Amino acid sequence: MTPALATIFTSVDFWTFVGVVAGIFTIFALGLQVQFGFTGLLNFGHVAFMAVAAYTMAILIVKVGWPMWASALAAIGMAMAFGVLIGLPTVRLRADFLAIATIAFGEIIRLIALNESDLTGGPQGTINLRGAGTAASFNAEWLSFQNTVRDWLEKGFGDVSRDQTMLVIIWTVVVLLILLLQFLVHSPWGRVLRSIREDEDASSALGKNVFAYKLQALALGAALGAVAGLFFAFQFSFFSPQDFDPLTTFFAWIIVILGGTGRNWAVPVGAIIFGVIFAGTRFADIPFFDTADQAFLRLILIGLILIGLMAFRPQGLLGKREEMVLG
Amino acid sequence: MSELFQLLANGLVTGSIISIGAIGLTLVYGILRIVNFAHGEYLTFGAFMAFLVNVTWGGHMVAAITFAIALTALLGVTLEFVLWRPMRNKGAGIISLFITSIGLALVVRHLIFMEWGGQPRRYDVNVFQVYDLGIFRLSLSQVVAIAVAFAAILLVGIMLARTRLGKSMRALSDNPELASVAGIDIDRVIVYTWILGAGLAGLGGVLQGLVQTSFNPNMGFTLLLPIFAAVILGGIGSAYGALAAGVLLGLVMELSTWDALAGGIRAVYKPAVAFALLILILLVRPQGVLGKARTV
Repeated sequence: MTPALATIFTSVDFWTFVGVVAGIFTIFALGLQVQFGFTGLLNFGHVAFMAVAAYTMAILIVKVGWPMWASALAAIGMAMAFGVLIGLPTVRLRADFLAIATIAFGEIIRLIALNESDLTGGPQGTINLRGAGTAASFNAEWLSFQNTVRDWLEKGFGDVSRDQTMLVIIWTVVVLLILLLQFLVHSPWGRVLRSIREDEDASSALGKNVFAYKLQALALGAALGAVAGLFFAFQFSFFSPQDFDPLTTFFAWIIVILGGTGRNWAVPVGAIIFGVIFAGTRFADIPFFDTADQAFLRLILIGLILIGLMAFRPQGLLGKREEMVLG
Repeated sequence: MSELFQLLANGLVTGSIISIGAIGLTLVYGILRIVNFAHGEYLTFGAFMAFLVNVTWGGHMVAAITFAIALTALLGVTLEFVLWRPMRNKGAGIISLFITSIGLALVVRHLIFMEWGGQPRRYDVNVFQVYDLGIFRLSLSQVVAIAVAFAAILLVGIMLARTRLGKSMRALSDNPELASVAGIDIDRVIVYTWILGAGLAGLGGVLQGLVQTSFNPNMGFTLLLPIFAAVILGGIGSAYGALAAGVLLGLVMELSTWDALAGGIRAVYKPAVAFALLILILLVRPQGVLGKARTV
């Protein structure tokens, strides 16, 4: 029995879940902000970095027996390597070709995750990492870390739930990452990225190695996507290839465009609005629609928001019109 | 050897459907500068319009195909008037239009999901009728698909080559500024482009639904990336290029599973072959196979 629309918006658990989802997607979309918002790269395969990191970590923990922190670092490194690998043949392409080539890359990664069951657990997901029949789990070490944080939080705030602990951890990371990105964007390095976005030929005429800068932006964005993938894996304790379909990339695009292209602090705003739509249509009981229809309704709503934004406010809620990079 | 012929036949079926889907996409891309991500959903829409006539109303498959083409063409034209033309008048650029089309794709696909659900659907046709042509076997659906697709490709080819409208479309796609100063009525040609492109997408959707034997609302999206691959391989805006590249891609996708080629790849990776080929070719020719070497 799902609660009615009115009661859900006063529930603490609902807003905690919205916060967790919004936090994960903020980190994910920050990666796209670096690639698209600052460098102008149309990456439509961003979900691949999330997938590569989540799978790398789960496989290293379950199959190789590595400790969690080492696996997580290796996973981020792996995603960055994939960023460079994807970038090498594609960043020289025209913007529209780059978009299609990156979607194709993302789909290849998903097809591999779906079909190489020996490596990834196949369509049933990570639960089958040890083969069908034995339930595999990768997050024991994470849960004990989370419990340490929870105990520590409970000393100050009384009763704290598992999701609330996650909320605190994720948003701490979000704030740190945004501060780091703010610093990078206003550094000489960040200025070169934005000059590439505005006029690639001018920056290369000034002697900047545009190709190398684009690859660096892709790799940094991939690392952010990877961190989001790790949190996604920890929060849901289990994932499967269908979590990484192209739709997830589009969610990041909505968040970046909704908030405002080229503005770091706009990303969490976009992500929270997205989180409310995402979780609100999942848990609330909307009149006249059954559960399956609600999932479809959510995606129709998201589609309409995209169209509406492009038609009426292409710079997003907080974006500056003069810095709007949607050509 | 018989496996080779069978794969070639299957490749022709897949390839001709990709070609049919690619014509509309490439013309819209070339003429309107819309990278229409919702094109796959036009195929899905066509497949379900035919389902409505053939299964829900119990009509004949020929009526179903005709209805699907007409309704999908109507959808294409309607969206031109309520969405694309207003967007163009606001001066939306190629990236804005691309993102708009992603939103449109989500809306159309999930409206279809809402109406018909996600369960596999099939047309009311005889799936057991198989023609044994000696060197390969084709199902009735495959025979219909290949015959209809080749007839459509031939007709469209003649239309583009010989008629005034076809010439206007190609001229506009090649160079919009030049075409408009040459006195081509752009708005009129655009409407006909949507009728042709969306109508063919509807047809392609029905044919794919026939050869796949069962389909759900994700069908069009699954075909979209191979169709994009054909558009880019053929050179954006080139209808002939898209036709040739579509058939070529279909053949490569099927032949890649051939045992004689180092055991062949598993059939599930057929779409990945199309993507890999696309990326490989873009590496060599970043502007597309027949595209002009210009920086954009």
